[in-house]
Amino acid sequence: MDDVGLSTVLLAMLAGAIRVSTPFLFVALGECLTEKSGRINLGLEGTLVFGAMAAYAISYETGSPWLGVFVAGLTGVLFGALHGAICKLKGVNDIAIGIALMLFGTGLAFFFGKSYIQPVAPRLSSVELGSWSSDPNVQKALEVNPLFLIGILLAIVMWWAFRNTRLGLVIRTTGDSAPAALALGINVDLVRFLATAAGGFLAGVGGAFLSLYYPGSWTEGLSSGQGLMAVALVIFARWNPLACFGAALLFGAAGALGPALQSIGISRGYHFFNAAPYVMTLVIMILSISPKRSLRGAPGELSITK
Amino acid sequence: MADIPVPAPSFAFSEVLDRIRRSAEYVVIPLLALAASAVLFSVFLLFLGKNPIDFYSLVWRGGFGTSFSWQNTLVRASPLILAGLCVAIPARLGMVVIGGEGALVLGGFAAAVIAIPMVAWSPAPLTLLMMMIAAMAVGGIWIGFVGYLRHYRGINETISSLLLSYIAVSILNFFVEGALRDPSDPNKPSTMPIGPDTMIGAIPGTSVHWGLVAGIIACIATWVLMNRTTFGFAARITGGNVRAAMAQGLPVGRLVLVSTALAGACAGLAGFFEVAAIHGKANASLIAGYGFTGILVSFLARHNPLAIIPVAIFLGGIDAAGGLVQRRMELPDATVQVLQGLMFLVLLVSETLYGRFSIFKAKGA
Repeated sequence: MDDVGLSTVLLAMLAGAIRVSTPFLFVALGECLTEKSGRINLGLEGTLVFGAMAAYAISYETGSPWLGVFVAGLTGVLFGALHGAICKLKGVNDIAIGIALMLFGTGLAFFFGKSYIQPVAPRLSSVELGSWSSDPNVQKALEVNPLFLIGILLAIVMWWAFRNTRLGLVIRTTGDSAPAALALGINVDLVRFLATAAGGFLAGVGGAFLSLYYPGSWTEGLSSGQGLMAVALVIFARWNPLACFGAALLFGAAGALGPALQSIGISRGYHFFNAAPYVMTLVIMILSISPKRSLRGAPGELSITK
Repeated sequence: MADIPVPAPSFAFSEVLDRIRRSAEYVVIPLLALAASAVLFSVFLLFLGKNPIDFYSLVWRGGFGTSFSWQNTLVRASPLILAGLCVAIPARLGMVVIGGEGALVLGGFAAAVIAIPMVAWSPAPLTLLMMMIAAMAVGGIWIGFVGYLRHYRGINETISSLLLSYIAVSILNFFVEGALRDPSDPNKPSTMPIGPDTMIGAIPGTSVHWGLVAGIIACIATWVLMNRTTFGFAARITGGNVRAAMAQGLPVGRLVLVSTALAGACAGLAGFFEVAAIHGKANASLIAGYGFTGILVSFLARHNPLAIIPVAIFLGGIDAAGGLVQRRMELPDATVQVLQGLMFLVLLVSETLYGRFSIFKAKGA
């Protein structure tokens, strides 16, 4: 591989990281919010796929991709609310509900999405941040979707709000100790219900990005575990929204490795590089979790780290 | 201080009645949940302008109505039984393993690969035996690794097993479309076929392969292991409270490893039968979603190995009717998936009903 090839791969990986990381970022922020309140929603994979389908369908029917993004978020709220409402019942396991919602959401998305596989819907347009450069490769790499920028902003706002606002304190208290929250007069179930619904909104928006920007069409193989990897990503990021952003970029880069190598003609082992994000998720979990001590920053009520 | 209950001296007919009463709860509540999901799904169909009665009669006809549909159902039930065990065995230890699909796919792949050099010289029974061992070993290692990560590294088994499923699918695709692709098959990337002489035949008089029998034997063996041995007793204690089990000096790590390896071996066995009795080679057809439906099978059976058999047949029947429903009612192929997802949700909601009906409480206690 010569220098031109290497720089092409690196640029393609940077561009890919920005593109691929956006859905990770949104799902991770949504999951972060839910987990901070002390519950885990494994069903975000289903929410993501349904959001992708809903956004594509709305964009096709109305011609407005941004309306699609919004509706995808609303469907995410419905799934999140369903999770939140069921988990409130006594004797129900939040992980199992997540698995069920994952299968249910994916099934519903395939059911309603059948007729939208062929048509072409209007996609989200991007912001050109690379116009300063004369290199078309750089220009192409820095074509950024507005959702990516919104995601960064959101990560900063969430990070600030968890530390500095009353709402952030309420969510953190609920997640760390339900009895303490109860003693403070906080309605624990309500906080968790709202946090799961809001988390669902973000996951739905992440799905909209998949179908309306990159890869930019609705197919049944659109998401393969991004929603689930985001759950692992939140653990890796230690429930810190800013770290979620960094981790999402890292995951995006891993996901972009295969296509980037393909862009310079290395297509051998495509499936091998396809597996890279999963392997990386697993390795990161192995490296960052220890059975001997509890995780720093983990919400105390979270069933997954107990 | 609570009084120590004095056992009734006479042979108690009421005791038997109480036992039935208590176990009836585990049958009645899931059945109620199924009925409720059927009603909800009817509402869903009505919204779409479809007739729910047509739907259920087609499911009956396509899954259970004729001897042909029964055989089709049983062929689908056999991987579901084994995939259900892959969830049920670790569940006894309180683990939610959902990556059976990966162990099934890799088990089938391993079986097909080990057969490639053997078919030329080896007698069919020996090839099949080696294929079976390979499939069970690979599946066992795959899910056993999940158990290892859980116990020794503290990694959530639900997430790791699903990630490993995706990795397994990538491994299959990598080899099947690359180094191990059969060059003589231009249509679908597959490994070399094991040949008709090596393939497992059907149970005489039917078109159902022997995987069904293997699945039923595995269920009975698991039931005996979990309910009649010290291993099963220790496993159930661990499932109840890990810390208490450790304090008792139970070998929790070994229990976790053995259980997950057994679970993976079951899923691998399912993959073996898919290759040796149905496809004759490993290709993307192995990724049929049996591992995921197996999760529903196990939860619906409340992780009871014996209950898995009828539940797998029931869900296999719905699965088998999918094609008929799709053609006759012009519904998408994901219809069955929606119905299954709905059943799963309603079933989990029904968990909250346990202990709330006085009719299931023992009278004597």
